[in-house]
Amino acid sequence: MSGKTEQTMIGGASVHPLPRSADNTAKPPAPHAGGLSRNPGMPLDLGWLEAMRHINRSALERRVDTLGKRRSIKKEHQAAWLLRALAVMDLTTLSSDDTPDRVLRLCAKARNPLRPDLMAGLGIEDEEITPAAVCVYHPFVSIAAEALAGTGIHVAAVSTAFPHGLAPLPTRIAEIRASVEDGADEIDVVIPRGLVLGAHWEELYDEIAQFRAACGQAHLKVILGTGDLATLRNVTLASMVAMMAGADFIKTSTGKESVNATLPVGLAMVRCIRAYHEHTGIHIGFKPAGGISTAKASLDWLVLMNEELGRRWLEPDLFRFGASSLLTDIERQLEHHLTGRYSAAHRHAMA
Amino acid sequence: MTILDRFKAMDYGPAPESRGEADQWLAARDLAKTLFIDGEWRAAKSGARFTTVEPATGAALAEISEASSGDVDDAVKAARKALSAWRKKSGYERARVLYAIGRGMQRHARLFAVLESLDNGKPIRESRDIDVPLAIRHFIHHAGWAQTLDRDFPGFEPAGVVGQIIPWNFPLLMLAWKIAPALATGCTVVLKPAEFTPLTAVLFAEICARAGVPKGVVNIVQGGPEAGEAIVNHPDIDKIAFTGSSEVGKIIRRATAGTGKKISLELGGKSAFIVFEDADLDSAVEGLVDGIWFNQGQVCCAGSRLLVQESVAERFIGKVKARMSHLRLGDPLDKNTDIGPLIAPSQLARVTGLVAEGARQGAECWQPASDLPQGGYYHLPTLATGVAPSNILAQEEVFGPVLAAMSFRTADEAVALANNTRYGLAASIWSETINRALETAPKLKAGVVWINGTNMFDAACGFGGYRESGFGREGGREGLIEYLARAKTKGEYRRIEIPAAKAGESEDGLIDRTPKLFIGGKQVRPDGNYALPVTTPKGRLLGEVGAGNRKDIRNAVAAARASKWGSATGYNRMQVLYFMAENLAARADEFAARLAALTGESAKKARAEVEAGIECLFAAGGLADKYEGRVHQPPMRAVTLALHEPAGVVGIVAPDEAPLLALLSMLGPALAMGNSVVLVPSERYPLIATDLYQVIETSDLPAGSVNIVTGGSAELAEVLAKHDDLDGLWCVGDRALCTTVERESAGNLKRVWTNAGHAVDWSDAARLADDFLRRAVEVKNVWVPYGD
Repeated sequence: MSGKTEQTMIGGASVHPLPRSADNTAKPPAPHAGGLSRNPGMPLDLGWLEAMRHINRSALERRVDTLGKRRSIKKEHQAAWLLRALAVMDLTTLSSDDTPDRVLRLCAKARNPLRPDLMAGLGIEDEEITPAAVCVYHPFVSIAAEALAGTGIHVAAVSTAFPHGLAPLPTRIAEIRASVEDGADEIDVVIPRGLVLGAHWEELYDEIAQFRAACGQAHLKVILGTGDLATLRNVTLASMVAMMAGADFIKTSTGKESVNATLPVGLAMVRCIRAYHEHTGIHIGFKPAGGISTAKASLDWLVLMNEELGRRWLEPDLFRFGASSLLTDIERQLEHHLTGRYSAAHRHAMA
Repeated sequence: MTILDRFKAMDYGPAPESRGEADQWLAARDLAKTLFIDGEWRAAKSGARFTTVEPATGAALAEISEASSGDVDDAVKAARKALSAWRKKSGYERARVLYAIGRGMQRHARLFAVLESLDNGKPIRESRDIDVPLAIRHFIHHAGWAQTLDRDFPGFEPAGVVGQIIPWNFPLLMLAWKIAPALATGCTVVLKPAEFTPLTAVLFAEICARAGVPKGVVNIVQGGPEAGEAIVNHPDIDKIAFTGSSEVGKIIRRATAGTGKKISLELGGKSAFIVFEDADLDSAVEGLVDGIWFNQGQVCCAGSRLLVQESVAERFIGKVKARMSHLRLGDPLDKNTDIGPLIAPSQLARVTGLVAEGARQGAECWQPASDLPQGGYYHLPTLATGVAPSNILAQEEVFGPVLAAMSFRTADEAVALANNTRYGLAASIWSETINRALETAPKLKAGVVWINGTNMFDAACGFGGYRESGFGREGGREGLIEYLARAKTKGEYRRIEIPAAKAGESEDGLIDRTPKLFIGGKQVRPDGNYALPVTTPKGRLLGEVGAGNRKDIRNAVAAARASKWGSATGYNRMQVLYFMAENLAARADEFAARLAALTGESAKKARAEVEAGIECLFAAGGLADKYEGRVHQPPMRAVTLALHEPAGVVGIVAPDEAPLLALLSMLGPALAMGNSVVLVPSERYPLIATDLYQVIETSDLPAGSVNIVTGGSAELAEVLAKHDDLDGLWCVGDRALCTTVERESAGNLKRVWTNAGHAVDWSDAARLADDFLRRAVEVKNVWVPYGD
């Protein structure tokens, strides 16, 4: 199939668009793969924050409820959209029993996400359509970085005392530095939710700005833990503070909260991204994570992005799914598209 | 295109709903026999047929039988014949039939949706997710009403044979809104679907036949204006229910004047969509999509006038334009279509013409650079900005995907702009401040107000308008009453002739009194400065009252409009009415003597009438803070507040019979509910009313809340009927007077009640109070979705 062989993986130099090591913030921001300039952040604007308070949950729920019914994607188009879902996936393992071998399996799956016959059937055997990143805990960053070297697949590390974010700030910042040092070029940080619930916006802003500084050239995804934030208003305010403080992506959940990524939460967040773009011209990425396990659900999210933000936000530099079991369902649906037969999970290689 | 190309392009591609089943359904029927009369499928007697076409392509779908008056006559006969058995069935039996219809529709939901989209051109998403489920909900909801009718509406009977005429914009849903309450109440139905959209009614009739609807209970006559006119004018129809244009609504009001037919009218609108600066602006933009770009804007309650607060106007308009660029026009059967074609070339021409005229009058009309599909009657979504209130796009109902935008500075200005229309169907308020939203909602002259939402409907919540948007409600308890009636009283209303006054005979020993008109809290001389004699039955002169004329009525209506009574609390109104009863009681002897002198009846009888009148006032006062609205609970996270609001300025033309009691029987409930009143007392016995103004003056009623104009009832009633700033008119008189009043009220479609020339039993206090309280209020349904 594609040119991603063991050889290039082991011996090749990094072709990541982003530098692999952490640095200080003195360097100018590196461009995204898509040629967009990074979010430089901006001073905390409490006035703007206040103006963003007006969020109507019922209306947002109605919007997302009809969104999936207003747009339907069938046949070849569906296959293409499912490939898109695959291409913006952060293939993730975040279990307390993760081991190096488990992470290596995941990396192998990332390199070869689809069965060769499916690739051929879809006419993409010469394409490198892979998940955008593999997302792991810090101890596995160097293993993943090595396993994925030369593939263009990013290594993302969850950080800052994931999933709760309640370690001392210096510890959390040191954790970011360590992961960047080990080869992570994307850092998914969590925020202490209490800062949102207590409306400590300055403190939240300062912490995230320090996370950003610690990331250096690595991209910063800020996980809000939306399931803990109680209201869409809190989600909105936290999103705005994260972007002002320099987040490259805002992300819904750790996957560990009792409520994962939901479409209303996603809608609130992408509207913040739109507002930030309208205001600053800067493109911020969005990553829903947790609970997105079916191909159908992935289409709903893609439609949400396309309708609310537009085509540009369907590229991996601006959109990611955090997912683990989603890939298998996408494989099954793609096989169904090609054969007309319903497939089974065990017919596709596991991660 | 390869998968890879599509992967790069990320287009949606077509997602067509199959029309195969619908085409088979059409092919399997003899559509030349599509009149459903007395349980049979019949061809039109004349053999006439009309073609129904697909608005998306202009292609013919079917040839449908076209009923003429003879067919309508057969249908009415069938409905009349079926009525007695159907109304005698138990509520449980009727409930089972309604339930079976609802379930039958549910089983064929997709076929209904596809047929509807084919015939009407509305996007399949809307017919599938909105029209059809709501129609089903209506039948299942009303099954329950059928069974609980006796408990909830004691003393009522079914209105009888009902003629129903529905429009093309929601063919099945409007059918459901009409037929479900009719069947629940035990009425039988002759329904005419719109000529543009006959198909789903045919499928519905088939389901009725299978669901056990007895023959003749539901009759469906397809056809055009001739059939419609035949229904409206049919002497054996007891009630007309119409949804359509205000223009036709007025024609129906005139045509049915004096016939005793009940009517309910669901007419046009120019609904305001108010966006305050503290609104969730992105959600408000989506609200507009559901408001003005729902069903191509061919919605009577479409939020067609955008009023946005100046401080956010520019930003909001930018968002609206961006959103409009994402709207997809296309095949109605494509699941990705947001906007389908308009119904017909004539409608397209009308919308195009209005937009051009709006632009000529100074509006800036903007359309997104979307592709306009070829072949059908498509119109691009259009945003008109810089629209002056006088612009045709702000005044006229466009019935197309055209939004007219204006800005406002303050909440008061928003309300003023919103109410600056002859219509009063619906309104939306967008604000995240509950205080602001709930303060604004009651100030809007609209039958339905959606807070932070739009175009929400439910069978449990009444829908219907103020002003020229019609009267009566559909849905809920308030809608059911439109299909119920009191048993008709026997006998005709009789005017009492005014005897010639005999000269030289007046009361002895008293100083001369001049009874005046009572307008704006002041005793005033009549504009014309003529007087009319008032005598005993034998002609002895008791006094001379002012001969009021049209200018006095004009002044009285203006005074009533300016009255502060409507903003008094229920408790306040209650105390004032109690006080009025107290003051009247203190002068009961005097009033009894006056009545006896005027009417010649016995002192005992006169005294009894005065006592009954006082009791009636007392009862009305007691209900001023109790005849409240309800809270509906639609199947979503929302409450709907069905508020009772005063009808406004109400004219009362009182009869000669029971001159004091009848007057108070109407005046009490009108005042209790916060209406201000222009009262034309009995022409024969006006002194009983002029005596009353001294009672009013001492009872703390604010100026203008009751105005009394004496004079010729027929003349003054006609002036009231023709007054376009009068909201309601209750007139008791002979048939000729009732006919005139009903006919002339069509100008502004004020809420008119007359006795239709029948005698009225003024002794049944409880029933009268119930009926007049109901007439004294408008039910406004305020939808409040919630959740944080």
